[in-house]
Amino acid sequence: MSAAPKASFRSDGWWPWLFVVPTLLGVLVFYIWPLFQTGYMSFTETGPFGGDTWVGGANYATLIGDENVGLALVNTVVYTAIVLLGVPLAILLASMVNRPGLRFATFYRVLFFMPYIAMPTAVALVWRMIYNGDFGILNWFLALFGITGPYWTSTPGFAIVAVGIVGMWASLGFGIIILSAGLKNIPPDFYEAAQLDGATRWTQFRSITVPLLTPSIFFVTIISVINGFQLFDLLYAIMGQRNPAMQQSQSLVYIFYNQAFINNNKGYAAAIAMLILLVIGIVTWFQFRMQKKWVNYV
Amino acid sequence: MSSVRTSNTGLSPAQRGTNNARAHIVLGLIGFLMVFPFVWQLIMSLSTNDQVMSVPPTFWPGELQWQNYATVFTKVPFLSQLGVSIAITVLRVLGQVILCCMAGYAFARMRFPLKGVILAIILSILMVPGQVYLIPQFQIVQNLGLLNTVWGIVIPGIFSAFGVFLMRQFFMGLPTELEEAARLDGANPFQVFWKVMLPLAAPGISALVIITTLWSWNDLLWPLVVTTYAESMPLSAGLATLQGSVSTDYTVMMAASIMAMAPVLILFIVLQRRVIEGLAFSGTK
Repeated sequence: MSAAPKASFRSDGWWPWLFVVPTLLGVLVFYIWPLFQTGYMSFTETGPFGGDTWVGGANYATLIGDENVGLALVNTVVYTAIVLLGVPLAILLASMVNRPGLRFATFYRVLFFMPYIAMPTAVALVWRMIYNGDFGILNWFLALFGITGPYWTSTPGFAIVAVGIVGMWASLGFGIIILSAGLKNIPPDFYEAAQLDGATRWTQFRSITVPLLTPSIFFVTIISVINGFQLFDLLYAIMGQRNPAMQQSQSLVYIFYNQAFINNNKGYAAAIAMLILLVIGIVTWFQFRMQKKWVNYV
Repeated sequence: MSSVRTSNTGLSPAQRGTNNARAHIVLGLIGFLMVFPFVWQLIMSLSTNDQVMSVPPTFWPGELQWQNYATVFTKVPFLSQLGVSIAITVLRVLGQVILCCMAGYAFARMRFPLKGVILAIILSILMVPGQVYLIPQFQIVQNLGLLNTVWGIVIPGIFSAFGVFLMRQFFMGLPTELEEAARLDGANPFQVFWKVMLPLAAPGISALVIITTLWSWNDLLWPLVVTTYAESMPLSAGLATLQGSVSTDYTVMMAASIMAMAPVLILFIVLQRRVIEGLAFSGTK
């Protein structure tokens, strides 16, 4: 093969631009430009009739002193932590449902991934009924054991936990799917060798499955945290905007939405958006730093 | 999967049986908790309001109240919301498949100046949470006069850095021989892409279609921001903003929410193998 025809064969001319420019333009207009726009906006104040005035760091100063934002940060962290409790459960379930020759495996898989693919606002409505303090089935069930359940979605403190449980329920299937894919990459010889040594299933799970699954576990954790910090749909749809406990149960994105589109306080909302960016950035950076300590790449 | 099967030969059938029995108990119990809200939703949608509010709960309504489903159409603009949901999902999927395949292919196989920089710019938007773009995106859509329209809901979501990355990874994994043969036969880059590579990319495209369908059908925040009239909302926003008499009409609400999620839920259960593969593929690339 001579060099000359290969070179002419590889000259793609203007074709690549035809392929790339539509996406590049869209990304610049709808993402990159808005990114800088929001950054700028966070230093301005929106007047009652529109129009922005430069206010320097005033929005950020307000942000730091805003109790609601602090509370929203705590709520968001609590929600994310509850969702993360689902990760160990997902590991266990994934390893069980992928057992060789297990019967009904497909059936179980469908049950697990249904909550993940179902529309959050639609399942929120049924959870609202389940959580209902007067006639909800959850409190009826608790009463069987002599426990008087609270008004789950209208009691501050309980509400974010209630939403967190739904979040965990809804994202468990995602974890199981990703972890199942990871399980298929574990060489079967590892298990054979362990069995020859007389290792029990629990020992195999602890010393083969979990360590070799750590890259997938890491991925599921990262995604769960990023999604958890962006809690909005479930909170909005389970609690409803006129819920008396909403004030104490807001998430960061909920406050952002309210400030930007209900109170029309876009400058302040932009500062909250930058805070969300910062928090997710720090948490993700920290997780990537910590991964050396526990993630094994084969 | 089948190779893993050999790993269990060391266990006696009895041992395997007892261990799997424990697995069935755990999987069955959690599986029940996973599916219970759907079952309960279905039961409530076929009950009367009094039965729904009864203590202890009415586990079986006796006479099934199918008319609850008919009532949905008189109380909320369900059909127009369904139309909006279908339109935004189809348009967004089509747009993403076309744009992401083209860009993904170019980044995987073509040579052009600034390729690395452009790819980095596009992928950089993945690292920023969506709220950061939201206000300016709203203002752009407002200035274009597209509030309360299908296009207003669809437009920003047609451009997907995730989709570009997914398709790039997929095209990079395909063999180069076919492509080179087609080019030597005189096909231009577009013909190579359209006739040779695109058909080979079907599994990658199906993953992209599945994920985009889910995101588009279920998304709440963006549609809530760009629509104000019930008629121009998709089902997700329509359900979340149900107000007035409907919000205490529990049975109708349950019927509406079942109908809203049923199309994608049923479709994905039927295609479950492909959906699980698609989600796993996108998560491991």
